[in-house]
Formats: sequence, structure tokens, C-alpha cells
Amino acid sequence: MAKAHFYGQGYPYLEIKKLPGKLIVVEGTDGVGRSTQVELLRKWLEKNSFAVSDTGLRRSPLTQPGLNQAKKGNTLSPRTNSLFYATDFADRLENQIIPALKAGFYVLSDRYFYSIMARDVVRGIDPKWAKQVYGFALVPDIIFYLRADVQTLVTRIVHERGFDYWESGMDLIKADNLYDSFVQYQTCMIQQFDKMAEDYQFVTIDANRSIKAINDDIKIELQKILN
Amino acid sequence: MLKPNPCKGKLIVVEGIDGSGKSTQIDLINKWLAEKGKSVYFSEWNSSPLVKSTSKLGKREKSFTPTTFSLIHAADFANRWENQFLPMLKAGVIVLADRYAFTGFARDVARGVDPQWVRNLYSFAFLPDLTIYFNVPLDEAVERITSSRAKIKYYEAGMDLNLSEKKVTSFRLFQGKILEEYEKMIPEFGFHVMDATQPIQKQQKEIRKVINGVLRGWEGLPNPVQSAQVYARKKKAAALKEESHG
Repeated sequence: MAKAHFYGQGYPYLEIKKLPGKLIVVEGTDGVGRSTQVELLRKWLEKNSFAVSDTGLRRSPLTQPGLNQAKKGNTLSPRTNSLFYATDFADRLENQIIPALKAGFYVLSDRYFYSIMARDVVRGIDPKWAKQVYGFALVPDIIFYLRADVQTLVTRIVHERGFDYWESGMDLIKADNLYDSFVQYQTCMIQQFDKMAEDYQFVTIDANRSIKAINDDIKIELQKILN
Repeated sequence: MLKPNPCKGKLIVVEGIDGSGKSTQIDLINKWLAEKGKSVYFSEWNSSPLVKSTSKLGKREKSFTPTTFSLIHAADFANRWENQFLPMLKAGVIVLADRYAFTGFARDVARGVDPQWVRNLYSFAFLPDLTIYFNVPLDEAVERITSSRAKIKYYEAGMDLNLSEKKVTSFRLFQGKILEEYEKMIPEFGFHVMDATQPIQKQQKEIRKVINGVLRGWEGLPNPVQSAQVYARKKKAAALKEESHG
């Protein structure tokens, strides 16, 4: 990425001269196969002698205990939750991602703030407000948006981890069962991602296909930005 | 950037650097209003339990950056906003706040975050009906803090900014920066400036006068005793009416 670009004000108190690494983001809804693809990409990049660092949501040592606690009981309102996740994201960006990029690493990020924003907006947060909050976020070199239909997501969820309270948006939808809630919630999420795909110039990948087909497409796109 | 308070309740805020004496004054106000039978609610900066666990961790590990420090305090404020400020204001209560969004603006900008960015963070909050700013010279505030408190904490002293290796020096420099930010906010948000070098009692008298002005002609949520009286009066009136008709 060489020169750092931010969506807004960035970090006025930090002097970031050069970021020789690259920031590669994989986005998409729950059950779309992001982590599988991130893992495949990591291996492929390492085989090609790039140093890779991977990072995901809710992994910051600062906010992890608080977020885990919050997830157990449904006690945080949407705005508090939103700012809590923003804190987590900012912590990882400043303390993990930027240092890794400075050191020349290829950073694979399983999700970025787009997921947080989508979750916030479907819960009634003003998108303009959220967009300004993330003015500190670094513009990635490339953003892959894995896009699959809800029915595809359902087959994967059923055959993998099963339906989950949060992935079904049960805090929001109030359906009487996880399936209906999941379908409604993920449909809303896909709508949000589709909107963001234009705003943030996502590279949209059809993720209804096989793991290999998806991976081949990602690699083709990625080749274009590798040195 | 803050919208006016559209609710029935009144929002009264005290602001100022550490050692300006604002907490002493708001505590007296709280007791005075309660004594007068007003419905009043008090909220303090950085006090919601869930967010506290994270801010404690960050402070202990010294892992906050100016951005995350700012965000976690905004999260705490948002939590109190939705659970305390907003419902109480809607109910018609006088909400007293020891520090408000302005503390975030002053401290975070002093740490180097962008002023507009942090103002947007708090843009869901209302402009208070009254903000009393306790203006005190830096030396006096530093003197009050260093002589009364056992130990100045790392972030209080702005040690994360590497202004000085010495805590007291760092504290003074950091509070000086915060003071500058407060100065800018006086016209921006229409603070009522209080000379905080005056005797406590004199300040309190002035504050009560200003608050009486804000509350003149205003009727908030009655207390339960008043509410029962009003109910009894209404019932009596209805019974009288019934009698005269019968």
C-alpha cells in the first residue's frame, strides 16, 4: 500500500510514513466461507514467500473480556455495542494491523469494519454517523466480498455449526424460531453489504460455488495487486 | 453539533479540569434539589459497569491509544445515555451530570484526535439546558490535586503522551492542554463560566441562582407525594361536581 490512506481523519497524532505491506480484507455474511478462504489464501501467499499476518473481529485483548460478557447477556444497546466494537476494531488496527503493515507483512483480515457497520445499521444506527466514526480506518488494498444467497448460507450452516442466536439476529428479529430469524436477518445483512459494495468498491465474488472455484477467482484478482 | 434538548426534563452539566471543585458543587446541588422535592437524577463520567471492565483493563495494561481511549469513553457515555440520561429526561426529571461529552472533547483533542471526529462520536447527545464551567488557574488545580490525592493515575497525568517522565510535570502539561480545549468550548457550547477560585459557599449561591433561572416556570415530573396530592384533589373535585349535579 506504500502510502497510508484513511476513510477520514485517520490518526492525527501518529506519523505513518510508509506501509510496505498489503491489507487484504475478506468480507461477507455468516456462513459464507470466509475463514476457509482466508486459510487457503494464507497458505498460498506463504508458499509464494510472503509473510502473512491474520486477524479477525473480536480478537483484541483489550475488549475481548467485555465483549464476551456482553454476548452472554443481551445487555448492550445498539449504540453502545457499536462503539464497543469500534473500540475493538481501532485497537486491532493500531496495535496489530498497522505495525504488521509497517513491517511489510501481508495482512489478511477476516472481516473489517464493514461487517460491524452492517450489523449496526440493520439495528437502526444512522449509517452517516457510523461512516464518520470509522474515519480512522485504513483503506485496504483490496476487499473481497463473498456473496452467497440466503439458501446457500442455510445449507452451510445446517451442515456445519448449526443455527446460532446471534447469527440469526434473534436480538432483533424476534421470530419464534432460529430458521425464520436467520433467513430474515441474513437477507437484511446481504442488502447492507450490497449497498456498501459500491460505496467501498468491494470485489464481489460469487460464493454460491465450490470452495475451489471461489478461491481461484480470489487468486486471479489478488495476482493483479501482488508485485 | 449537539441538538437542543427536546424533552420535558432538564439537563444540567458541570465541567472543568480535575481539581476545579465541580464535584463538590454538583453534590450540593443534588441535595438541594432533592430537598426541595424535585425529581432529580445524578450521573457520573465513566461509570457504567459493563464498559468499566474494559476501561479498567486498558488502564491497567496501559494499552489505550488516543483513539481507543476516546471510543471506550464514548461507549460508556452511550450506555448511560440510553439507560439513564434519555429515559430520565423523557420522564421529566432534572438530570445532573458530573462531566459530559465536553470532557471527551477536551481530553481526546488534547491527546491528539481530530476535534470534528470526536464531536461526531457524541452527536446523538443533547446540548444541556445549562453547562457550568468551573474556571480555575492551572496552578491552583494542580496544587489542589497534588496535595489532596494520594497518587495521580497514569492516564489522568497524560503519561501516554510522553510529555514528561515526571508524573506531576506531565499532569500539569496535560491539564494545560485540556484547559485550552475548554476555553475554546466556552463560546462554542455557551458555557456558563464560574470563577472557581471563590469560596465554595459563594459559588454555590451563584449556581443556585442560575439554576432557579433555568427552572423558573417549569414543571417537571412531580414526586410521589405531590402526585398523590394532585390525584386526591382531582378526585375531590370530581366528587363535588357529581354532588352538585345530583
